[in-house]
Amino acid sequence: MKVKVVVTPKAAVLDPQGAAVRDAMKHLGMPEVESVRIGKYLEIEVDDKTPNLDARLNDLCRDLLSNPVIEDYQVVK
Amino acid sequence: MKFAVIQFPGSNCDQDCLAAVNGMDGVTAEYVWHKKTSLDGYDAIVLPGGFSYGDYLRCGAIARFSPIMASVVEQARAGKLVIGTCNGFQVLCEIGLLPGALVRNRGLHFVCDLVTMRVEVPDSAFTHGCAQGSLLRMPIAHGEGCYFADDATLRELNERHQVILRYATPDGRIDPAANPNGSIENIAGIGNREGNVFGLMPHPDRACEERLGSADGLKIFQSMVETIEAARRQAA
Repeated sequence: MKVKVVVTPKAAVLDPQGAAVRDAMKHLGMPEVESVRIGKYLEIEVDDKTPNLDARLNDLCRDLLSNPVIEDYQVVK
Repeated sequence: MKFAVIQFPGSNCDQDCLAAVNGMDGVTAEYVWHKKTSLDGYDAIVLPGGFSYGDYLRCGAIARFSPIMASVVEQARAGKLVIGTCNGFQVLCEIGLLPGALVRNRGLHFVCDLVTMRVEVPDSAFTHGCAQGSLLRMPIAHGEGCYFADDATLRELNERHQVILRYATPDGRIDPAANPNGSIENIAGIGNREGNVFGLMPHPDRACEERLGSADGLKIFQSMVETIEAARRQAA
């Protein structure tokens, strides 16, 4: 099965990349854009018969795929 | 006295660190490949700068799982001196030996410059020879050196005197204009609560000879040597 993980910067963390893209959107004629936050999207192929898969994926997200100090993550199946 | 310089795939300041440490009297430095699992016999550990694992995912995120890191953590918990410069600082934060994280520079640019820092903690294991408020000049070269910590962590860092270096103007003021990367409260280098682990974005290893523009980096390594010697005298 394919598992999708979305990692996003926490609200308190500055995202200068997102701010630069927001400014570019405004320049391109979309003044209605208020903010942009840029994160990461991962697609993971995994054997869905693996025992404890949910817990193992959460551990993976917490320990490797995100840094809990600065990022949140979401697992979508 | 022997220092270990850890080499990850993508480290590129390992030679600078080795040369800086070897330049001091009575001290030798050796490379330790990241796949090794023991750091027995070393008096201090250096995590050098560079782009370990290509900075993939996040800076230092993959290096922290290198086999040698379990030993780095073990030695740090036992009180051994550990210093991480630039990418080494990022690895120390990722593995949790230091609080907070390093994120993209506020200005988005990779910044390569010579910066001034003010010594905030003159009696740390890494800043012995520096007076309170004295200024150090060292190079920086990073794209992700913006130090971030949440409010509670930041308060604790300040209360426990763990902020060792801050970016300052040439006359020693802590001013946003002197902040090269947007680091919170101009933080350039922090220590752990116990005082034996230190991480900084600037490169002391690239500032160990006047002909390189500054020899201030040597003060950091010399301070480590003095700390180790003092501990040995006390144990004897």
